[in-house]
Amino acid sequence: MNDYLVTLTIVLSLVLAVWSLVTTMRNRPPDRSHLAGLAVLELALLALAATAIASWIGGEQPAEAGTFAGYLVTLICLPPLAGVLARMEPTRWGSVIVTVVCLVVPVVVVRLQQTWQIPGV
Amino acid sequence: MNSGPGRVLVAVYILFAIAATSRAGLQIATKFHEAPVAYLLSAFAAVIYIVATVGLARGDRIGRRTAIVCCTVELVGVLAVGALSLLDPALFPDDTVWSDFGGGYGYIPLVLPVLGLLWLRRTRSAVTA
Repeated sequence: MNDYLVTLTIVLSLVLAVWSLVTTMRNRPPDRSHLAGLAVLELALLALAATAIASWIGGEQPAEAGTFAGYLVTLICLPPLAGVLARMEPTRWGSVIVTVVCLVVPVVVVRLQQTWQIPGV
Repeated sequence: MNSGPGRVLVAVYILFAIAATSRAGLQIATKFHEAPVAYLLSAFAAVIYIVATVGLARGDRIGRRTAIVCCTVELVGVLAVGALSLLDPALFPDDTVWSDFGGGYGYIPLVLPVLGLLWLRRTRSAVTA
């Protein structure tokens, strides 16, 4: 797995989480900046997925292939899910949804990395 | 019911439905013999999360009743499995969603049904009409 992309997705996601938290505290619904942020995050996650799949095809094996694939698919679906739900809920609670999903993404990224490498090797 | 905090609840439930379903599905498909009880329990948890999600999302009378039952089952499940997994770890050779009171998932499985029940209680009067 590409360490730079792993770090980038985690940082992007946390920045967006903080930004949506600020929006929540200002009692505002998610706006275009959040949707743009989710789009950028999705692009970074797709890049991460692409490099992972490329090295998988290139011969590297994830430590737990099935789990890895599951996490990867889930991860790709998260930003669109947040976007759709945020559009459905144009209140401060929409901003909460974006915050929650953006806090879940780093957890899944870390788990994804763990299933790629055998811990302690 | 089906707005504001309720939608956030639905969003978190969707996440848990996805997480529990994919995990249980994979475990049952690839290594069922290793820990059948744990994996079946995870599958049961997954079904409960899915049904609760649908119930909360519908938000009508039937949906609410379904959600109340599911949240109660979740709460009892996470407490019972959590206690059992600490008292007799041999029962669960591999973790379930509810092991260690949901510790593997940041204790959200423990908090989620409580929030669900509180939210259902708070919005009770709005729907009965």
